[in-house]
Amino acid sequence: MTEQDLTTRPAPLREAFPEDWHRYTPRQQMARYLGLLFAALVIGWSITSIDVIWEWVWDAPVQMADLFGRMVPPDTTNLGTILLVLWETVNIATIATLFAVLISLPVAWLAAQNTTPNRATLWLGRIILVSSRSINTIIWALLFVAIFGPGIVAGIAAIMLRSVGFVGKLLGEAIEEIDPRPVEALQATGASRTKVILYAIVPQVMPTFWAVAILRWDINLRESTVLGLVGAGGIGLILQSAIDTFKWQEAATVLLCILGLVLLGEIVSAWLRRRIL
Amino acid sequence: MSAPAGPAALPDRWSKPRMIRNPVLRWALWLVVAAYIVGTIATLPIDWTRVSEGFSRAARIFGGSIPPNFERSGLLVDGFLESLKIAVLASFGGVLISVPAAFMAARNIAPLPVFYLGRALIIVARSFHPVIVAILFVKAVGFGPLAGVLTLIVYSIGFVAKMLAERIEEIDFGQVEALRATGAPYLSVLFYAIFPQILPRLIGLSIYQLDSNLRASAMIGIVGAGGIGATLANAFGRYDYDFALAITIVIVGAILVSEAISGQIRKRI
Repeated sequence: MTEQDLTTRPAPLREAFPEDWHRYTPRQQMARYLGLLFAALVIGWSITSIDVIWEWVWDAPVQMADLFGRMVPPDTTNLGTILLVLWETVNIATIATLFAVLISLPVAWLAAQNTTPNRATLWLGRIILVSSRSINTIIWALLFVAIFGPGIVAGIAAIMLRSVGFVGKLLGEAIEEIDPRPVEALQATGASRTKVILYAIVPQVMPTFWAVAILRWDINLRESTVLGLVGAGGIGLILQSAIDTFKWQEAATVLLCILGLVLLGEIVSAWLRRRIL
Repeated sequence: MSAPAGPAALPDRWSKPRMIRNPVLRWALWLVVAAYIVGTIATLPIDWTRVSEGFSRAARIFGGSIPPNFERSGLLVDGFLESLKIAVLASFGGVLISVPAAFMAARNIAPLPVFYLGRALIIVARSFHPVIVAILFVKAVGFGPLAGVLTLIVYSIGFVAKMLAERIEEIDFGQVEALRATGAPYLSVLFYAIFPQILPRLIGLSIYQLDSNLRASAMIGIVGAGGIGATLANAFGRYDYDFALAITIVIVGAILVSEAISGQIRKRI
């Protein structure tokens, strides 16, 4: 093949291997530029119209440094109480996760298309999941503080109701993705509905079940650190009172304890995941 | 001639090997777990008279909130736009900081001390609940949307930088080596070998984070960091339960809409 042949290649070849290669077609390129332009416009609109006093923005690093300066050194005189309340925080997260997991089992069974008895129950399951997930833990906590009064019980109820949506949704998806053949095999032998669930479905979703439960426990540990701010028990209460009375050094101790707790939670859940899955 | 020992030694019934071999240890562990659960639940301070009063109180709250009151929709829209602006600016700022942070926290391209620094930054950003971070920022820079933006920047770094660092650790290293072999300087390697590989993930994460910032901005307003949450907290504090319900309905609706939009965009990328 000579040089001449290459330049006078047939059209299909030229189209497939153009001399000038572009990653995107002009149309894709255009869409990307438009997307960028749109993003820039939205950001520009936000910056120019947000109700911020700009002097405060430039002043923010100084203020932050001042705040951190006040926190050093952390005051550990109340460490005993702080650790005790930290333990209460762990209990809230653990018990709430336990109940949430138990409740989410039947909900997931309702919300999965292949196990739900009929369309009405499917929608019932979905409504439970959506309403649980779209209301924030803090808002649930406000409600339960009104019912149970301030304290750990309101916290457990809030975290539990919030978790049901999360666990149920992921578990429902796992049920929908199972291999249908074991189910068919059992049905072919004339097994009852309960037996099919116990022997064909449960073993298949077991790994997901543990993974989701551990993940949610980890998340709940973080969530339960702020419950105290609305009076629903746990470490947040001490943090709030330390901040309100400007005891910054004690607040620093509480923050360090929370950091330690979350790190510990992450280590424990990573270990459990390795052992169980 | 003796019979082969193998099959005879196998039990009739096969059972899955246990996670903990030692039965004593296994049962002891179960016992500890059971004792913990029973102990904790049994000592829960539930005051049943308080609870029965609580139900009538909750009924009052719900009764007062129905029907939802959309009369002050101007306030609602203002609060909502502020939440949107907070979410947009925080996502932008958060992603801007997350990119260098992610490069620092990627084991395959960062030197070890820098790697530890990057990881520590991400861990601290992730550990504190946004509400706690918001309280600190409100104390430092005062009430209002600025505290909200700063809070959500921290929140965004915790998620975006972590996921992006993981993506950088998974890149095809051949391209980096190819560029290095041509003698390309560090920045060129970054821009031509690493960046194109992580860009789609970065865009996807940014959109996801915008969605989740919008959600979080409704929550941090409760502690004074601006946005619709502040409007909600005010309505709740003034016992305007009907207005509070209207706000909650709008928040849930907006979250569903933004979830749908961001899902669509991420599907196309």
